[in-house]
Amino acid sequence: MMTRRPGTKGLIFNEPNVWDKSREGRCAISLPKSDVERAPLDPALTGDAPDLPQLSELDVVRHYTRLSQWNFGVDSGMYPLGSCTMKYNPKTNEVQAARQGFAGAHPLAGDECSQGALRLMYDLEQYLAEITGFDAVTLQPAAGAHGELTGMLIIHAYHAKQGRQRSKIIIPDTAHGTNPASATLCGYKSVNLKSGPKGILEPEAVAAVMDEETAGIMITNPNTLGLFEENIKEICEIVHAKGGLVYGDGANMNAIMGVVKPGTVGIDVLHLNLHKTFSTPHGGGGPGSGPVAVTRELIPFLPIPRLEKELDTFKFVTDCPDTIGRLHTFYGHFGVMVRAYAYILTMGAKGLLDASRLAVLNANYIKESLKNTLNLPYDRPCMHECVFNDARQQAHHITTMDMAKRLLDYGFHPPTVYFPLVVEGAFMVEPTETESKEDIDQFIDAVKAIAKEAETDPEKLTRAPVLPKVTRLDEVAAARKPCLRG
Amino acid sequence: MKDINELNLPEDVKYTKDHEWAKAEGDTVTIGINDYAQDQLGEIVFVEMPREGDAFSAEDEFGSVESVKAVSEMYMPISGEIVAVNEDLEDAPEKVNEDCYQSGWIIKVKASDLSEMDALMDKAAYLEMLKG
Amino acid sequence: MRYLPHTQEDIQKMLAVAGSSSLDDLFKTIPDAVKVKGGLNLPEPMSEWELNDHMEKLASQNIACKAYTCLIGAGSYDHYIPAIIPYLVSRSEFATAYTPYQPEVSQGTLQGIYEFQTMITDLLGMDIATASHYDCGTALAECALIALRKNRKADKIAVSDLVHPGHRQIIETYLKPTGYEMVLIPHTRDGLTDIAALEAMDGIAGLAVQSPNFFGHIEDLAAFKKIADDKKILFITSFTEALAWGVLKKPGSFGADLVAGEGQSLGIPKSFGGPGLGLLAGTSKLMRDLPGRLVGRTKDANGQDGYVLTLSTREQHIRREKASSNICSNNGLNAMTAAMYLSTIGKIGIREIAQLNHDKAIYLKSALTGAGFEPAFDSPFFNEFVMKAPRDFSLKRADLISRHCLFAGLDLAPYYPELTDHYLFCATEKVSKEQMDQLAKEVA
Repeated sequence: MMTRRPGTKGLIFNEPNVWDKSREGRCAISLPKSDVERAPLDPALTGDAPDLPQLSELDVVRHYTRLSQWNFGVDSGMYPLGSCTMKYNPKTNEVQAARQGFAGAHPLAGDECSQGALRLMYDLEQYLAEITGFDAVTLQPAAGAHGELTGMLIIHAYHAKQGRQRSKIIIPDTAHGTNPASATLCGYKSVNLKSGPKGILEPEAVAAVMDEETAGIMITNPNTLGLFEENIKEICEIVHAKGGLVYGDGANMNAIMGVVKPGTVGIDVLHLNLHKTFSTPHGGGGPGSGPVAVTRELIPFLPIPRLEKELDTFKFVTDCPDTIGRLHTFYGHFGVMVRAYAYILTMGAKGLLDASRLAVLNANYIKESLKNTLNLPYDRPCMHECVFNDARQQAHHITTMDMAKRLLDYGFHPPTVYFPLVVEGAFMVEPTETESKEDIDQFIDAVKAIAKEAETDPEKLTRAPVLPKVTRLDEVAAARKPCLRG
Repeated sequence: MKDINELNLPEDVKYTKDHEWAKAEGDTVTIGINDYAQDQLGEIVFVEMPREGDAFSAEDEFGSVESVKAVSEMYMPISGEIVAVNEDLEDAPEKVNEDCYQSGWIIKVKASDLSEMDALMDKAAYLEMLKG
Repeated sequence: MRYLPHTQEDIQKMLAVAGSSSLDDLFKTIPDAVKVKGGLNLPEPMSEWELNDHMEKLASQNIACKAYTCLIGAGSYDHYIPAIIPYLVSRSEFATAYTPYQPEVSQGTLQGIYEFQTMITDLLGMDIATASHYDCGTALAECALIALRKNRKADKIAVSDLVHPGHRQIIETYLKPTGYEMVLIPHTRDGLTDIAALEAMDGIAGLAVQSPNFFGHIEDLAAFKKIADDKKILFITSFTEALAWGVLKKPGSFGADLVAGEGQSLGIPKSFGGPGLGLLAGTSKLMRDLPGRLVGRTKDANGQDGYVLTLSTREQHIRREKASSNICSNNGLNAMTAAMYLSTIGKIGIREIAQLNHDKAIYLKSALTGAGFEPAFDSPFFNEFVMKAPRDFSLKRADLISRHCLFAGLDLAPYYPELTDHYLFCATEKVSKEQMDQLAKEVA
């Protein structure tokens, strides 16, 4: 059968920088005739108007339409970026967030006038607490890394409250780069911990480094190799026995909704990424949202304002003496919360469980289908993602990067490459549950075809990509002589 | 990346375990990163250097070299005060790749104890370490 | 479930390849002891039309569902958003893309953000702007940390007490575990940051002052620059109303080292306070100290112009525990929105809109004065100002909300306890003379 490949060359328009289209005197907004008198400011306070481009409305529309056509999104094709959960972003979520009552709400309108928003946030907190098995949730953190910082601040505040601060935190080699950076912000020194030969943490290794100077451990589960940390319960017990806390990085929650509740296995604090597990769009790099869930013991430390329900009304409270404080000017990324809330209501309990099951099915199907093509360093049942590398292609001087770039020509976004760091030349595939068998089969065929090209026609890979608007870019020149503005 | 046999490791400098080189002339010691380090890092895009007058002990971190995807810290082979930094590297960090022992030098140090040089490796010992 | 494409037949075929007997069997590496017993306790799934009804019911419990008149700012502003902005930014190529780590298929995001960075540097008169942060408060906290890192002999940062109260709380939260301290610079009777008090402060790594400040007043940034130079410390300035720079002298022209700002005014809905748009700009000298993503221009292998994320060695995914910030995402789509908005209003529009905001604010202030309010201060302002209200105003204010959906000012007492009966008003281009006259009539 002839393989159908989605990748092809469409009509791609050239488009200069927006200011190159500017002509003195154009303006893409119609200004009303003022109904009040002009009140000039003291000239000592005023300056020249910023030198913004001057365009007509169609100029603006065409500029951004053309730019958009140079982008690959989930709506364009399969986006199997490991650790990023690039699932379909439902359109109804956008409609819900755009409702005037939500999008137009002023954050300081007062609790009485914002009951709809407060109720939505309160219910979302409850749903997330149920899904993760924790006692309380804050929605305030603006992104995953911000949630991590929140979690670490809570751990820091907990130890301070115990009367003795600790100095270190254990971070496994499979952690996200944000983990050590978040720990450092709280003044904790990272103690790196190697995972065992099975790609998961061994309780003995944790016991060997866990002491009473150690504030806790940061665990991603499933970990970044896509493997479930089978010893999680034992590890939590070891850490707790020495007075430490367990931080859970919930970035990979998409694998275990309805299967495991992290709050019931010993994890004390966990962040979620609404833009991964709960289908809100990544937006080319944000805005995300990183709620944090905690056990009962840690509730007093949650950021303010906290949301409370009294009879059937909702209110913000700030009178929380042990709180870590505020992390966002208002209440976090409310617009993102609306989308995640709509997603949970659309899916229901069964839908979320099915999502996790099918995400895991898709990943295992890819793992088994490609393990004779690409090297699979940890050949074990995986969760929602699997990690290959380029060990077999090295003989032809082909790297993971070359294969990734060639995939672009075939019409697929490449997987995550060179992460996690524990696998050299990592090629990390996370298909997500919303990809169909047909699309996954096309992806598998593409990877196989590319592996064949690596043997027979390696130049096709080293020169790739040829179809996108630009080919490989000179990142060295960009970093040596940074040009950050036009 | 280069094979161990292809590395340019001059005989007239000393080496550290962190892949710096050091060469003494009087009590002034010139320090840079060696061919192995520049080769491993790939194209260097930025060198972060200390200021003249800063004082360090042996094995202190004194700066870092960056490629597009990696950062590598540099550690003092010996104790002393910085008497010069290679300002050319601000505009041309590629000199570290092109000529790491001459125009790609990084700092000059007034050594506080020249005998510390004796603790550093010569070419043979360094090669031995690389081969592990 | 309409988002899940698998047929029963697909599932059986795929399970066979995966070597599993059932979907449950896929999870066999998970010990039974940690598995969920019974299902999740969540509401029954809704169809799209059920969801629509449910969401509209919730939205209608927010006063914002009606056409309301918003005379509150305080960090979230009611500006007009041209129809093309939501239309363009909802193009799914922008919305459903990830961070542009594969630049060949992300040139839309990358060129858009490069243009955003350029327009923000123009707006603020600064050398460099990052690809955005979460909001002004978090960007300002990052600036405080930069100052403290650059000036290791000091362990304090001086922050004006007319910096947005929410932003000050964020700084406090970020500093708490570090051992650094935030010291507040008091304000004068004119509602301006007290320069003399700042001059007397020692051991500070930097100073942060907001202009227009929380009371809406335009601060004398030149005077703060002079103190920063005398003390050899970093000069940080922040703002919550980005449109002010359509008419006011830019912070860069006063020699600010770092500028943190809120960009929500640039085409982004208020959305109950978020997501907004954190702006962070600095001088070239501080390029490598700036946290967050940056887009740079370069060439591809065929010599064509293109854009990439650059200087990423500053970031957490490479520097890990040595990174100066843990920030990973930016508010990318909102940065794109702001770029679209700035291109739409352009050089002519921004000046005109900014002037309109000021004109309306001046009118509102005089209308309120005529209705028995007293101006609390006499300092120049942009579109926000503080009024001392007549005694019975708080009741009238509640009545205005319930009868006319009109939000007349923000009560300042919770933020500045000494300012009982004082309200912070804001007028934007959207408020009409008629609405302001009506307000004056109602409260008189």
